[in-house]
Amino acid sequence: MVTNADFLALEGKPGNFTAKLNIRPRYIDADACTACGLCTQYCPKHHSDPYNEGLAITRPIHIDYAQAVPATYYIDPSSCMHIQHDTCQICVPVCQSHAINFNQKPEARDLKVGAVILSPGFGKIAPETLEKFSYGKHPDVVTSYEYERMTTASGPFLGEIKCFSDGRHPKSIAFIQCVGSRDLGCDNGYCSSVCCMYAIKEALVTKEHDPEVDITVYYMDIRTQGKDFDAARERAEAIGIKFVRAKVADVTPWDNHLKLTYSTLDGQHIFAAHDMVVLSVGLESPKDANKIADITKIDLNHYDFCKTETFAPLQTSQEGIVVAGAFQGPKDIPESVTQSSGAAVLASTVLKKQRGKGTISKEYPDELAVTDDDEVRIGVFVCHCGINISSVVDCPEVAENAGGMENVTYYTENLYSCSQDAQEQIKKTIKDQKLNRVVIAACSPRTHEPLFQETLKDAGLNRNLFEMVNIRDQCSWVHANEPEAATEKSKDLVRMAVSKAAHIQPLPEQTVPVTPKALILGGGVAGMTAALSLADQGFQSVLVEKSSKIGGNLLNLKNTLAGDTTAGYLKTLTTKVKKSSKIDVVTDGTLAQTSGFIGNFSSVIESGKGKKKKEQTYDHGVIVVATGGHEHRPDLYQLGKSKKVVTQQELEIKLAGRAKNRAPNSIVMIQCAGSRGEDLNYCSKVCCNHAMKNILKIKEINPDSQIIVLYRDIRTYGFAEDAYLEARKKGVIFIPYEVDRRPVVTSKGSKVQVDFFDTIMQEEVSMNPDLVTLSVGIVPQGTDELSKMLKLPVTANGFFLEAHVKLRPVEAAVDGVYICGLAHAPKPVEETIVQAQAAAAKAAMPLVKGYVTVDPIVSSVEQDKCIGCGICVSLCPYGAIQMEKVDKKRKAKTISASCKACGICASHCPTFAISMGGFTNEQLTCQIEAFGNKKAEETVEA
Amino acid sequence: MSDNSFSPKILGFLCNWCCYAAADAAGVSRFQYPPNLRTVRVMCTGRVDPSFVLKGFLEGADAIFTGG
Repeated sequence: MVTNADFLALEGKPGNFTAKLNIRPRYIDADACTACGLCTQYCPKHHSDPYNEGLAITRPIHIDYAQAVPATYYIDPSSCMHIQHDTCQICVPVCQSHAINFNQKPEARDLKVGAVILSPGFGKIAPETLEKFSYGKHPDVVTSYEYERMTTASGPFLGEIKCFSDGRHPKSIAFIQCVGSRDLGCDNGYCSSVCCMYAIKEALVTKEHDPEVDITVYYMDIRTQGKDFDAARERAEAIGIKFVRAKVADVTPWDNHLKLTYSTLDGQHIFAAHDMVVLSVGLESPKDANKIADITKIDLNHYDFCKTETFAPLQTSQEGIVVAGAFQGPKDIPESVTQSSGAAVLASTVLKKQRGKGTISKEYPDELAVTDDDEVRIGVFVCHCGINISSVVDCPEVAENAGGMENVTYYTENLYSCSQDAQEQIKKTIKDQKLNRVVIAACSPRTHEPLFQETLKDAGLNRNLFEMVNIRDQCSWVHANEPEAATEKSKDLVRMAVSKAAHIQPLPEQTVPVTPKALILGGGVAGMTAALSLADQGFQSVLVEKSSKIGGNLLNLKNTLAGDTTAGYLKTLTTKVKKSSKIDVVTDGTLAQTSGFIGNFSSVIESGKGKKKKEQTYDHGVIVVATGGHEHRPDLYQLGKSKKVVTQQELEIKLAGRAKNRAPNSIVMIQCAGSRGEDLNYCSKVCCNHAMKNILKIKEINPDSQIIVLYRDIRTYGFAEDAYLEARKKGVIFIPYEVDRRPVVTSKGSKVQVDFFDTIMQEEVSMNPDLVTLSVGIVPQGTDELSKMLKLPVTANGFFLEAHVKLRPVEAAVDGVYICGLAHAPKPVEETIVQAQAAAAKAAMPLVKGYVTVDPIVSSVEQDKCIGCGICVSLCPYGAIQMEKVDKKRKAKTISASCKACGICASHCPTFAISMGGFTNEQLTCQIEAFGNKKAEETVEA
Repeated sequence: MSDNSFSPKILGFLCNWCCYAAADAAGVSRFQYPPNLRTVRVMCTGRVDPSFVLKGFLEGADAIFTGG
């Protein structure tokens, strides 16, 4: 990882690039810095904190935020007194680990790489755009970025929201949407896609802080098109956040308040006073977009974002250079994370030949056998962490106290236990003192357990013979003013850890081999893309398609919003799949049965019809679920009853045909027909784009066609906003309707009638169009049965649930199962392609590795004690326990490779037959007993 | 406040992934809280057998805290 660096030039060709970098000096030796923070405390110079949007003061020597990677401080040369004026240098002697180095110079570095991934993120909207809202003129007009820092509990105000003008708590807050987005005034015609959702989030957080605060969101369309995002808006409305469809003309200071002038749909101009105004600023193209384009020769689109094609959404115009994240177009975290995985699969295809080369395997000494019969010899190491612990906790006293505990044969203190020399010392001590358990009282096991476990392995001890005590993060740092109590706490925690350590046992390191093959369910664009991506990586897959033909929903579509025809792409894709020697296509196929776990699944696939029906068993290591979805057909608005009422998909096919009257003169489109509160509770994300696509086609065929679109919110997010603008320019009329006043469609004979309330004219309208087109939404393709078979949870709307929305967006909770396409949520084809590539990237990981490592802290069943009740099987959230027959009796068995070590099984087993590695009943009970021991001593003394 | 010398001993079971992480974050942010808590780290509060809670009381805890 190279941070603090500038990308200067790129030479060479795909597979053999040279990237020229300038690495700026950090003035701190990253290997020596322990991120203790002492330097910042002593640095005398103020520095506006860029991470907190300038709302707080930090020092030139600082770290941006506690979780920053690498966890190393740096000096901002622009305000450092030594760098600017050759004075000060207070930090140098303060740093206990001698990490500060003012002699560092900028370093030019050439990197040999095979592929490039561009992920520079997004830029900020220019301040000039914010001026008309009095930003910069009145202190209580803030951007959403600033407001985010203000509301954050770990931010500069600890989450307390105050007006900058006079420090009062605002009682009335306005959010103004689309600042710098959908705004031709600043040449940003596109929608930034994320602002509606973050405004709702910030509004909800504000309400949590102060339920009395009055919040109004001024918007044009609420674009909560993501998976389950509409629910957030409904929740916001339910707790009293007001949504006003309006265009805000300006904001002017008004005494201690701010006066908003806005106009509503019905043409009224209204004034409103608020204490604070939050500008929901959009996502601009990155500030150095043009520089990146110059260096890499990639094409940018007309908004200076990276240009990509619908069917190759992550590919730049240059081979070997791919893109991920907001540079490809404004997007939220889940989509950015998905794109990054997709980009990784494309890049690793370029690098395939080099895979595994240059790998260095570390050798460890043979492990010392530790058995129950051996004398327990515990070594306790108490860390000072410079002065981070020792300035509060009396470390010598804690160490000495540990020395008096049962089984402790050695104790000492370290200045920094994690430093290289201390590590060597610990290794030597383990050998010299014949230690067979190690307790380290220092910082958090969440950050440092792996490091110390590595030390144990180097010393020939099983890494599980280790227990860590957190006397920094959870003691000295949080009880800074109570040194005696903190010392007592440290002693107690060490006693509890020593007591537990006496009972810990070495745990075997397990690895399970992986069958290098994937089972892909669904032969639509998602399944085919995943199969081809895996084939590009060199892996076999079985592609199972339910119908008689691969292609999925793309078979029903004719062209894309960008104007590409789907037929050509589909043909290329299906041909590639059929020709690939690595893909085994099974049509008319269904998954009949599956068993196993990550790396070792076995599935029975039924295929063929009638007499040709057959069953075949496949062994495979991973499963990609791409079972798709289909158009919802609501029994509403005369669909299926009148020939003049069609869906957008039907209209698309009609428009691609040759019928003379395929684009009639009068058309009414109804958005959200059956969605967002009718049959379906959610937004299907694609329907607005689908409507625009058809509208532009109609206007191409018959420019005189009069089109009226009845909608709730037009959700042409991202660059699709251009199509919405074009439709309006071509004279299409867009009229919003309220949810309690949906349009009504009736038919009589061949006539169809639409009655609706025109919110612009404020009157009832009745008309008889030639055609009514419904935007009907998408439903998942039978996820019920599959969810039971694979133990995959589904959402309330029947779509498969990902393991984590942001962190693991294409993985299922069950290891080795990946989700992509419409089975996950409704989405347009480019997002499906990215998701399929991302799923392939994740699925390829165990396949490339060839084995699955099992963390030794998993559960294990003592089958003698097991009575076969099956409680554990029903409770395990990961499908990691199965029942098996042993001597005709039902017994539980842990599938170690799937176990996440949560211990729910162990705590619910009525016969205590289940044990958790590293957290056994015995160990935890001893730890609890040791908690009480002190109490007993005190009672005796008293 | 009346003179209250009662200083409870609290035993806490903290989930490694959320509450334990949050307790670490409180430290990083230097939030101060009373030093009455002694913690046992578990990989998930699902691991907390009801008997652990009873055992804690038996060993003299005035309160049991579970964070997960």
